[in-house]
Amino acid sequence: MSAPPSYYGRPVVKEPVWSPEVAVYFWLGGLAGMSAVLGFAARLARRPVLARASLLAGFAALLACPPLLIADLGRPERFYNMLRVFKPTSPMSLGSWVLSFFGGALGVAAASEVTGWLRPIGRLGELGAAIFGLPLFTYTAVLVADTSVPVWHEARHHLPFVFAGSASASAGAAAAILTPSRESGPARRLAILGAGVELGAVAVMERQLGRVARHYHHGPAASPARMARMLTAGGALLMVAIGRHRAGATIAGTMILAGSLAERFAVLRAGPASARATAGGETVRAIASELGRPPRPAWQR
Amino acid sequence: MAKPYPPPAFVAPAKPGEPVGFFTDSSICIGCKACEVACKQWNNVPVDDIRYLNSSYDNTGELSANSWRHVAFIEKKQADGGVAWLMNSDVCKHCKEAACLDVCPTGAIFRTEFDTVVVQADVCNGCGYCIAACPFGVLTRREGIASHPETNGVAQKCTLCYDRLSGGEEPACAHACPTKSIQFGPLDELRERAQQRVADLHAEGRTEARLYLADERDNGIGGAGSMFLLLDEPGAYRLPEHPVVPTRRLKEIWGAAAMAAGLAVAGVLFAFGSSRR
Repeated sequence: MSAPPSYYGRPVVKEPVWSPEVAVYFWLGGLAGMSAVLGFAARLARRPVLARASLLAGFAALLACPPLLIADLGRPERFYNMLRVFKPTSPMSLGSWVLSFFGGALGVAAASEVTGWLRPIGRLGELGAAIFGLPLFTYTAVLVADTSVPVWHEARHHLPFVFAGSASASAGAAAAILTPSRESGPARRLAILGAGVELGAVAVMERQLGRVARHYHHGPAASPARMARMLTAGGALLMVAIGRHRAGATIAGTMILAGSLAERFAVLRAGPASARATAGGETVRAIASELGRPPRPAWQR
Repeated sequence: MAKPYPPPAFVAPAKPGEPVGFFTDSSICIGCKACEVACKQWNNVPVDDIRYLNSSYDNTGELSANSWRHVAFIEKKQADGGVAWLMNSDVCKHCKEAACLDVCPTGAIFRTEFDTVVVQADVCNGCGYCIAACPFGVLTRREGIASHPETNGVAQKCTLCYDRLSGGEEPACAHACPTKSIQFGPLDELRERAQQRVADLHAEGRTEARLYLADERDNGIGGAGSMFLLLDEPGAYRLPEHPVVPTRRLKEIWGAAAMAAGLAVAGVLFAFGSSRR
């Protein structure tokens, strides 16, 4: 097969412009979203210590999210335009609304938890945060998959599992660090499960990507991808081995948290490398029906 | 009697509700870049950092926030040792299923009454989503242009001269094109003309001529507002062979996300369910 034609080696798709702040946001947003789910489950299971730790860890992670997102904008002073419309076709629009409702609910829950005031409303906030937490830790994967960047779009069936696993691992790890080991059993199990899902989903994703997966092994994404594998796997093994002791859980949890952050950096950095590779014929694959004459979707007619 | 080609310059004003666009016939492009200049002059598009790019007569490079038309120059080696010089003026495709429009979270990008796609510079907050979403790499963010502080940090691209269309004029690039390589008009009419043109070229033995994005529905983008007649493979002009709007797969991506969230909930239930206290 001859080399695909190229115009002076210039990429077809433009490189994404998202800064490292976005990778940190993906990590913290995932941590906050899953922590709210974990905290609510702990409340239902009558484990108040674990519920409180998860709730406050999630709230702390949440606080950093808006500044990170605003800093990444080309016109930060217009950040409020994110809530100008509600647009189901835009994962970023949905995500902005999810983050807003999640933040409101978790803020109420955290305030009630700390002050002891208005407990029923605080519990309602916990429920709301758990509900909005679910899209919060997955929409970021949808966001990057919904682009013309081959390494993201071709992994569209796998990235949500990578992010969900990574979020579960980090939320479990954070709660395991913040909770006495007598209370932290479910958090530790969640961290181990999440790490397993993350590593498994990454392996399946790379297999499916084929040649495109090379961006996770060469170039700017290679080192965070390697760190993510080592820290997540090592942290999970340590959590199994010595997680029952608080100190052990702290070491293992820190490794898992760092691995989860590294994974988001790997995904974010693979994007621009893949966009550059569109100069050499790397592309989003059209499926058979898209080469024919597919009908326009209803919302576009 | 055969109609004259290219058709006479007069173009009836665009009517709201009637989709209009471009047919760019690269077989009669002479590479004068009048389109690039006219576009910059009319739309007040700033000058980019001009560098020598070592790509024939092309130092514009590619479409960007500061280049809404881009004339590609290809020096194609021929079998007889000669060189065929191919030129084509690229532009935003004004997709009927536009990825940039779909993903824009602020509503800054909208579809006009002429079925074209336009960025409102005073609404865009520079999130950058459209840049990665566009399958043609049309958009970038305008950065660091001292003379244009109001549009710095904002995504910019061809508006198909929305202001001129509203005023009953044709877009500046089409108006300035001396050979009518860039033709403006109702899309139905342009499609018909493009089919006829490629048939005529084939009849003349120029079998390398092909249409790009001239199908009403095809191309994975639901049809385009800019179609091209090319003399080489699309890739040679920095155009994707099979462009696909990523937002078309949004449902299946959210489906995967829902399954992933469900798996996470199952994980939490398992984590609590298996506890012995």
